[in-house]
Amino acid sequence: MSAQPAPLLEVSGLKTWFPVRGGVLQRARGWVRAVDGVDLGIATGETLALVGESGCGKTTVGRSILRLIQPSGGTVRFEGTDLMTLPPDEMRAYRQRIQIIFQDPTSALDPRQQVRDAIAEGLDAFALTKNRRERTGRVAELMEMVRLDPDLMSRYPHEFSGGQKQRICIARALAVEPRLLICDESVSALDVSIQAQILNLLRDLKTRLGLAYLFITHDLGVVGNIADRIAVMYLGRIVETGTVSQILDDPQHPYTKALLASVPSLDLDRRGAQAAPTGEAPDPASPPSGCHFHPRCPHAFDRCASEGPAMREIRGGFSRCFL
Amino acid sequence: MTAPLLAIENLSVTFPGENARDRAPAVDGLSLRIEPGQTLALVGESGCGKSMTALAIMRLVAKPGRIEPGSRITFEGEDILGASVPRMRALRGAGMAMIFQEPMASLNPVQKVGDQVVEAIRLHEKITARAARSRAGELFERVGIPGARDRLSAYPHQLSGGLKQRVMIAMMIGLHPKLLIADEPTTALDVTVQAQILGLLRELQQELGTAILLITHDFGVVNELADRLAVMYAGRVVEEGARREVLGDGRHPYTTGLMRSIPTIGRRGEPLEEIPGTVPAPGTWPAGCRFTNRCPIAFEPCADEPPPSTSLGRSHSARCHAVAREPKS
Repeated sequence: MSAQPAPLLEVSGLKTWFPVRGGVLQRARGWVRAVDGVDLGIATGETLALVGESGCGKTTVGRSILRLIQPSGGTVRFEGTDLMTLPPDEMRAYRQRIQIIFQDPTSALDPRQQVRDAIAEGLDAFALTKNRRERTGRVAELMEMVRLDPDLMSRYPHEFSGGQKQRICIARALAVEPRLLICDESVSALDVSIQAQILNLLRDLKTRLGLAYLFITHDLGVVGNIADRIAVMYLGRIVETGTVSQILDDPQHPYTKALLASVPSLDLDRRGAQAAPTGEAPDPASPPSGCHFHPRCPHAFDRCASEGPAMREIRGGFSRCFL
Repeated sequence: MTAPLLAIENLSVTFPGENARDRAPAVDGLSLRIEPGQTLALVGESGCGKSMTALAIMRLVAKPGRIEPGSRITFEGEDILGASVPRMRALRGAGMAMIFQEPMASLNPVQKVGDQVVEAIRLHEKITARAARSRAGELFERVGIPGARDRLSAYPHQLSGGLKQRVMIAMMIGLHPKLLIADEPTTALDVTVQAQILGLLRELQQELGTAILLITHDFGVVNELADRLAVMYAGRVVEEGARREVLGDGRHPYTTGLMRSIPTIGRRGEPLEEIPGTVPAPGTWPAGCRFTNRCPIAFEPCADEPPPSTSLGRSHSARCHAVAREPKS
């Protein structure tokens, strides 16, 4: 990531630990290290996909960047400013620059709020429009941008399909003209034909508005389609980063390889070729020693259990593995 | 042709519509058959009626849903829709069993998983509790649950999603069903766990000869597991055939459109092909071909006349006016 010129977002050593409480006094008895020293960089107009399985901490990374969850340590620099130390009122201003959209648009929208008011929430919060007419005009513009009919702005969320609701959420996020959009599994709950529509829309918006995306997902097909660079996460740590072709065509870390090998293939002659890694993903509350992946890794040797490998450069990308 | 294990003829399932007298179909005149030991995948997007078809086979369609008169489902030649409640109860489990997307919803949260498996076995077989428990242990080993015998005493919440799905599979194979209906069995699981479960289902099928009706929206999963597939759209099967016929040489515009809109690892950085619009809600289906208003090649008869089924090969057929006009292209 050292090669990136002046990143828009630079996350270093990010830690978000959750206390495990117990006993009568509810004292912290241990910590779940959901995010345990994550480094990431995103350049202006770039899409970084953060990939991993459930419980790896990828969602917590997204929320920690926005301080929707307060991180335990590390820095998050956005356009050079460290967001972690900002007082709340100044942090609020940055929430205009970074927006987030979630997996389930139905629960992200207030069922009693007209779509126009949902989309205008950010406009109102940051007083971005002067009067009612300007506000309505801007809402119409945003609806057109996400390919929704502006005539529907007085309707309520339940009158829209899942894909349309996700478009409403995208319009609401774009209302405040962010530079970075965090998409947390934003297309995962959609049917394939709708998913394609939303992915194409996001790609189009990126070019038109110069947006950068942090695309959090478990779906490697989606990643291949939308990402410029990929970071693979396992149990709170990034295990490999690189460009799309570095990661998808020439993965280095055994976990990345396992992940890619387990994606069901559409190749008619290649079925049953899936090589699933053995065992279950371990509990983040008591991660394995050393390299977190070693109990499931086919190449693990003595050192892997005792010592956590550092990130090192390999074939242009970075991998956290001794091999 | 051998006798099919399961034959569905003209199945219609309806729900009350906008006003009380109308009923909107969720499944509309569907016919399908599954041969013994075969895996048939029923593929489609949300609301196409694929899960409702599965529930109808198990006779689990809940009110106000209704299986319409004229529908016929036979299992090993026996009429299921006319079967008595006790007969149906005997068929469920031993004849056909079902696993769902969310295993937690099928497991009792306050009963140990081993006891639940034992209970299921003893419902269908005269066997002592001790023997059933020992069988449950073997089943847990068989489906690859680590520390199988100890896990018999675990409660569902102590197990991961993948392990819970394994418990469900163990319970089902313990009943030796001839047909396993798997409704999105891996959709809620991580890819590495999904690969394990798909491998397990494939093995079980080869060893035990269980037929599988696989309900899924994922063509990758279909390719991994299915012998045949039927693509559903708005309550009807629009294309059907062997895996290679449909995935390799799909002819219905919905099938091909869906295939091209899937983001895959190999398809990089390019816009995906879109199918415009959304799946129409039941009750708002066009009179003719239900895909008409989203179809790139729709022409005059499509909106008004339901398309006929055109045979395209030994076991391959599609319901499309364009295909009917030029079946050879």
